[in-house]
Amino acid sequence: MSRVLARRERRAAWLFLAPAIVVLLLVAAWPLSKTFYLSLTDANFGNPDQYGFVGLRNYADVLDDRLWWKSLSNTLFFTVASVGIETVLGIAIALLLNQAIPGRGMLRASILIPWAIPVVVSAKIWEWMLHDQFGVINAVLIHLGVIERGLAWMAEPGLALWVIVFVDVWITTPFMVLLILAGLQMISKEVLEAAYVDGVPAWRRFISITLPLLRPSIGVAVLFRTLDALRMFDLSYVLGGNSQKTMTVSIYARNQLVSFQQMGLGSAASTWVFFLVALAAILLIGLLKLHKPAEG
Amino acid sequence: MLSQRARRKTGQWAKGFAVALTVIYTIFPYYWAINSSFKSGQQLFEVNLWPSLDLVHYRALMGDPDFIGSILNSVIVASSTTFIALALATFSAYALGRLEFAGKRAVLLAFLSVSMFPQVAVLSGMFELIRWLGLYNHVGSLVLAYLLFTLPFTIWVLTSFMREFPRELSEAAMMDGCSHWRTLTRIYLPLMGPALASTGLLAFIAAWNEFLFALTFILTDENRTIPVAIGLISGNSRYEFPFGPVMAASVIVTLPLIVLVLIFQRKIVSGLTAGAVKG
Amino acid sequence: MASVTLTGAQKRFGNVTVISGVDLQIADGEFVVFVGPSGCGKSTLLRMIAGLEDFSGGSLQIGGKHMEDVMASKRGVAMVFQSYALYPHMTVARNIGFALETNGMPRAEIARKTREVAELLKIGKLLDRKPRELSGGQRQRVAIGRALVRSPDVFLFDEPLSNLDADLRTEMRAEIARLHKELGVTMIYVTHDQVEAMTLADRIVVLREGRIEQVGTPAELYAHPANEFVASFIGSPRMNFAAAADVPGRGMGGAVKLGVRPEAILLSSSGLAATLERVEDLGHEQLIYVRLENGRLWTLRAAKDADVPQPGAPIFLDWPDAATYGFDAAGRAVQRSAA
Ligand SMILES: Nc1ncnc2c1ncn2[C@@H]1O[C@H](COP(=O)(O)OP(=O)(O)O)[C@@H](O)[C@H]1O
Ligand SMILES: [Mg+2]
Repeated sequence: MSRVLARRERRAAWLFLAPAIVVLLLVAAWPLSKTFYLSLTDANFGNPDQYGFVGLRNYADVLDDRLWWKSLSNTLFFTVASVGIETVLGIAIALLLNQAIPGRGMLRASILIPWAIPVVVSAKIWEWMLHDQFGVINAVLIHLGVIERGLAWMAEPGLALWVIVFVDVWITTPFMVLLILAGLQMISKEVLEAAYVDGVPAWRRFISITLPLLRPSIGVAVLFRTLDALRMFDLSYVLGGNSQKTMTVSIYARNQLVSFQQMGLGSAASTWVFFLVALAAILLIGLLKLHKPAEG
Repeated sequence: MLSQRARRKTGQWAKGFAVALTVIYTIFPYYWAINSSFKSGQQLFEVNLWPSLDLVHYRALMGDPDFIGSILNSVIVASSTTFIALALATFSAYALGRLEFAGKRAVLLAFLSVSMFPQVAVLSGMFELIRWLGLYNHVGSLVLAYLLFTLPFTIWVLTSFMREFPRELSEAAMMDGCSHWRTLTRIYLPLMGPALASTGLLAFIAAWNEFLFALTFILTDENRTIPVAIGLISGNSRYEFPFGPVMAASVIVTLPLIVLVLIFQRKIVSGLTAGAVKG
Repeated sequence: MASVTLTGAQKRFGNVTVISGVDLQIADGEFVVFVGPSGCGKSTLLRMIAGLEDFSGGSLQIGGKHMEDVMASKRGVAMVFQSYALYPHMTVARNIGFALETNGMPRAEIARKTREVAELLKIGKLLDRKPRELSGGQRQRVAIGRALVRSPDVFLFDEPLSNLDADLRTEMRAEIARLHKELGVTMIYVTHDQVEAMTLADRIVVLREGRIEQVGTPAELYAHPANEFVASFIGSPRMNFAAAADVPGRGMGGAVKLGVRPEAILLSSSGLAATLERVEDLGHEQLIYVRLENGRLWTLRAAKDADVPQPGAPIFLDWPDAATYGFDAAGRAVQRSAA
């Protein structure tokens, strides 16, 4: 019996992996466990080395805070609305891009722009465009007679979160488009041509051939986007400041940690965010059957 | 009933219209930022589709050492992060894409789950780590912290690129007497240029744009990176509107990015989809 | 140059056994061809000899030395891959010289050896090109050159010609035969192409599901197949079979199944009754497909100008007794009684 090759290969593999594993232990595993650990204490930023254990009290305290539940509902609303709209829009633009049409190269290039701009910059640009007195959007709407006076978009209780959703759609639809487009390009043209020759109408071809074959690509894109949306921080932070109308769970947790210097409570809130994202990941992977290959 | 040809023509028009609409939707905000950045004083508050060419905001920014400094900081942070992530990821991708060993799936899965971590979940632990290393308020802290999200992602993408190479290349190298190290450095690395370029570009953009860590681990203005610097530009009072300078700053920091993106369009797309679709 | 000996060689992937106990002796300088249906383990066996796969059991000796635990590059073997596996970013010269470079040979010597090999393979003018600038046949030559430059004791080829078109295949086949003759080195060659096997081999090894079915010279395998599998695998078109009971008067002691090669059968006025179904005129000869009364389809070969009846015509098939092969219930060949 000889296992020489296998043994050599195994040893080489772990050697090549070692640097990345060490780094990730340092910047991921260790901080995460530290956060868990701190969440069980009453540690405080001002004096971080003196603390006592408080058990699960911080977790309960977070759940007792009305603001946590407000942030959570904001986050969930934002996630469902933005990912939903992005998916539909993403499919539409991807279908458009997948055809031989004038201006396709231009379109392909232009959709990368919102994606490449830092979120902070996008937020600032939209803040300016949505300005109540001098914003171009109000000006256009007034000009078109849709509204009479400029709207203070971020100040209206019913509007602020929608504005965040809308800006997020602008920023991240390109990502959806690219992933779905890649999926579209993997669908064999012959399948669709066969259906065309058989006289299947276009919308049926889309519903019963394209969409099922796209399922894995859409699934992956939805998974990535959902996890991203659930931990969203920068957009709300810049556009909404500390307003409760648009606060997300990430902003809530960071506020506890940094603004209020409550390391224990903030860590507990962070841990709730972690569980939220993990739960969503597990549910989505199961729901979208991402672990199974696409048929066909 | 329209004739086949007329219908096709209408369809073509409708699609052209949809394309135009989408292009305007995606480009207009950026155009508006450029437009506003060239206006000063009272002009800024008038809605004018054509820009005047007033460079006052640009001149002010170029004379602001903190602004120039934060661009420099961003360049340092983003390029160091990208370089380190690519180097470590290349080794890992060789192991994960080319070698057989027990536990490979588990390692891949672990890397993938790290990339799903919410950043805020590691914030307090990372803060302690950074203080312990003496990196608080130092750009080095960001290079370290950014490996959290760039490394798993670059490993993932490079691994799927690595799997695209024919396995026989390794085997031929093995017959020719190459060690694994030599196989990686002499055979694969020279072939990985395009893959490294597209993966590196994505990592660079992610690091360049990061906000939460940069906001939290840096205390003073001269050490800030550009997104935070822009995020914190404010007027002296609630009633001042610093949008002119903000737009000018935005244009300055995104223009190179956009040029890069337009030049390397195809590479970016292949990097994005290599990680997601084939992975 | 060296002999190669496999003793009880085994290979398992997980719990699937792919090679189960192969014993084989290959003499120094011999040209041995592995044939068998796709998936029977030819490549795996070759790769075990090369050092690209571990042995799950058994042993390998090359030139009398145990090699199953020795690294691929230290076994004195070289391999030509089906896909050539040329390094895309290196010139032809570097591709050929890379193994020597890895071994730390001085540059001048590498250049000299590379040139020598290139001349031998008639690719001296291509040394500065990259693989993508070469045709399929030229890439094949570079791949062989890369193997040649290391002066290996044993050459391994895994279906090296399967990516070439028919003309080039013939040309490269002749080229490999010439190299074997000039170098006199041991060669092991995997193919599923019978013509390659029959024309190149000193001996053919027929594999099936990880076991050796028969080893012998091409002529031996054709004339005396050890069993039904080998009989049907060697020869084209393949041997015709029928149950012994369906061919009255042709039986052999102990045989339950009979076989006759298409080239042995003659159209006759008496003999086995059949109906002519179809004639394929190949130009240099004709292939005749006939349906036996029990429904089996048989193939016959006829000269290009032979008079062949119309399809649908009843015919009779006859052949010399010596051309009948008999097989027992287990498929083993039954010896013709020396009557
Ligand atoms: N790395 C591997 N893992 C699992 N099974 C394998 C592997 N390599 C080959 N096999 C299996 O071993 C059998 C023999 O393969 P191979 O030697 O390539 O056949 P051949 O070259 O005769 O067509 C096949 O059934 C194949 O599926
Ligand atoms: Mg094979």
